[in-house]
Amino acid sequence: MVGAGVVGAACAYYAARAGLAVAVVDRGPVSGGTTGAGEGNLLVSDKEPGPELDLALLSTRLWRDLAEQLGPEAEYEPKGGLVVAATEAGQDALRTFAAEQGHAGVTAEEVPGERLRELEPHLAPGLAGGFHYPQDAQVQPALAAAHLLREARRLGAVLITGEAVTSVERGPDGAVRGVRTAHRELLAPAVVNAAGTWGGELAALAGVHLPVLPRRGFVLVTEPLPRIVRHKVYAADYVADVASGSAALQTSAVVEGTPGGPVLIGASRERVGFDRTMSQEVLRRLAGQAAALFPVLEDVTVMRFYRGFRPYLPDHLPAIGEDPRVPGLYHACGHEGAGIGLAPATGLLISEQLAGKRPELDLAPFRPDRFREAA
Amino acid sequence: MPTSPYEFLDLVVIGAGPGGLAGAVTAADLGKRCVLLDGGHSTGGQYYRHPAPGLGAARPDRLHHGWSVYTGLAERLAEHERAGRVEFRGGHHVWALERTDEGFTVHATRGPDAGDRVAVRARAVLLATGAYERQLPFPGWTLPGVVTAGGAQAMLKSGLVLPGQRIVVAGSGPLLLAAASSLVTAGARVPAVVEATGYLAYARRPHVVAAVPAKLVEGAGHGTALLRHRVRPRLRSAVVEAHGTDRVTGVTVARLDADWRPKPGTERRIDCDAIAVGHGLLPQIDLATELGADTLAGPDGAVALAVDAGMRTSVPGLWSAGETNGVGGADLAIAEGELAAHDLAGAEPKRSLRRRRARLRAFADLMAAAHRPGPGWTGWLRPDTDVCRCEEVPVAKVREAVEELGAGDPRTVKLLTRAGMGWCQGRMCGPAVACLSAGSGSAASESGAGVGAAGPDRRPFGCPVPLSQLAAGEPDA
Repeated sequence: MVGAGVVGAACAYYAARAGLAVAVVDRGPVSGGTTGAGEGNLLVSDKEPGPELDLALLSTRLWRDLAEQLGPEAEYEPKGGLVVAATEAGQDALRTFAAEQGHAGVTAEEVPGERLRELEPHLAPGLAGGFHYPQDAQVQPALAAAHLLREARRLGAVLITGEAVTSVERGPDGAVRGVRTAHRELLAPAVVNAAGTWGGELAALAGVHLPVLPRRGFVLVTEPLPRIVRHKVYAADYVADVASGSAALQTSAVVEGTPGGPVLIGASRERVGFDRTMSQEVLRRLAGQAAALFPVLEDVTVMRFYRGFRPYLPDHLPAIGEDPRVPGLYHACGHEGAGIGLAPATGLLISEQLAGKRPELDLAPFRPDRFREAA
Repeated sequence: MPTSPYEFLDLVVIGAGPGGLAGAVTAADLGKRCVLLDGGHSTGGQYYRHPAPGLGAARPDRLHHGWSVYTGLAERLAEHERAGRVEFRGGHHVWALERTDEGFTVHATRGPDAGDRVAVRARAVLLATGAYERQLPFPGWTLPGVVTAGGAQAMLKSGLVLPGQRIVVAGSGPLLLAAASSLVTAGARVPAVVEATGYLAYARRPHVVAAVPAKLVEGAGHGTALLRHRVRPRLRSAVVEAHGTDRVTGVTVARLDADWRPKPGTERRIDCDAIAVGHGLLPQIDLATELGADTLAGPDGAVALAVDAGMRTSVPGLWSAGETNGVGGADLAIAEGELAAHDLAGAEPKRSLRRRRARLRAFADLMAAAHRPGPGWTGWLRPDTDVCRCEEVPVAKVREAVEELGAGDPRTVKLLTRAGMGWCQGRMCGPAVACLSAGSGSAASESGAGVGAAGPDRRPFGCPVPLSQLAAGEPDA
């Protein structure tokens, strides 16, 4: 497993549980990449019916089991999501979307405008309505990954951090034989690319094209507050932003409380490479949109912000499964902003494939060789 | 000088302590228009801290070494202000520097409740944000009555009050003697000054010390004051525990080995009603590291900005003077402020100024090396000692993150324990967390010092910002 983020951790956990001998290697620390910069969303509410929603629904079930396995340390909270619409037209669109999701197995309950404050007492007045998604949940992503890895290590997995993979070794038949770092060679008939936003680089080491690109996001962190936001609350345009392929800056309010006290405020999306420069415009929009949803936030203090780079593939679906171009090379990356949520399903499906079983979901939509290299 | 947000300046100086003051007046001497920003309401910074107005302090100079140097700088500033070349703006807390096509936009909050947002634009920025205190936790360090050595001095300088009547001064570094001497002069009893090192490092490099005679005079001055009050430093020792329930009632002091490991059986109890603890200072460089400025670890393990001979950082248009380049005191800060002003104005400084800065910097490095915390200091921690007092994270939790969860660096420890996520944003627990995260076998632990991995703390905001101000956007946008 190359990558000690949440996806690598989940792959390691399920593979070790299936009895495989596993090593996890990362050039940085545990949760050092996008996992450590995530909000920990486990969402079905923002996904339209299709392969990604199927993954999310499987993950929702798996996270519930994992929460029991890992204990309270992962800060799993089945708190539910609340999507709100400012206008009647927005509410109509949400209703249509929720009906389609319902056929795929998503539970969504319509909340009329006048009853929104029963769920969220501090919401701005005058909203048209919303939908409550009880299946949405949250974990603290860095802790979730670390505890998954701890479980994997208890089952015999080996964790190697601070060592970059410098090459993917292949035999005369082209099949993978393992990886090399500056300090060691790790021999294995299977290599799993769980390198997240850097998955394209690892694929290139194995000689294949996988166009994972960074999509930058900022999250504002407030001072510790009493529980003033109970659900994961977001505005209806978030769904459109998530599904968009635009490179331009998009922001839509996503607000949630945390067990530690601070309120997290997202979400921005822009394709600017790995540029870490703070953007006043992003800060302005995130703060303004959050205060529009929860006017009480106008009086709070923002302690810091963090930023991360979502691993983005052109069709917004991750790459999961064995690469037909290189026997023994598996991909588990490109989950964009949904990696925390989709990690357990990804790990389970990969481990099933590794063990020679038929994965319980069809992996065809996630085929890693579905992208044509630009000429 | 116009004060509208539309103005465009040659230079913004951030921090009106010795380095920033010297930089601003020298830049103005050389024809630059500049604004000098500071969080406080008067110039002088932490070093030349004033008594609060209204206390009627007749002789603030008695608490200060080099007060005449300060008044000289303040008079030059006043003259430039009258001529409209410089403007001092107090009560400004800078939270971000933003690079623009023309130079920089400096973002700050202003006012008693941080009620206003201000943006100041300039071609260049001189960062003179000084330093904050390095703290190393010990059992009982969160009890009322435990203050920092710098905090005790600040209380004395600004409020003319003492943290207690019987005050143990402990830690390491030159600030201890200065603090102890101020405290006894102000009437406190100091039953012990507890210094972790043996001052031996100074004796090993006498030529560096001899090159800065003023430092010897300053040191001798503190020493004389302490002798007069029969206070003798207890060397190679540390406070390993503070006792008390509602408040400090005493401390346990133990001897340390060369690595700062407490020697069992050497413990002695000393009664007191306050402790002033200091382990030196750490450069306050968040505004620059957020822009990606190059840093380096000093001889004390503290991360400072890397600057060239003209005090230029690796960020174009950004200069830095004083403690931000490695802690070295007021005289060095002044020399660096003057050098930075010359460099950014394209003027050649006197060679004597360069030589003076080199001598003072060499002494600062010697001092830093002498008081570098040894790796054994963690020996006085207990599993239940809080490392991060904001988030109440004990030592055991940090060790669990390192040993069980695979964290090997401060950032990951923070993610997994919340240490450093509270109000102080890790300014208090940063060094301790860095040290405890360097678990056995990791690269960081091989450096052999009790200061953890080298690498700057990253704080995206220089200080907390009201959400409404972020939402409002730039004042003239």
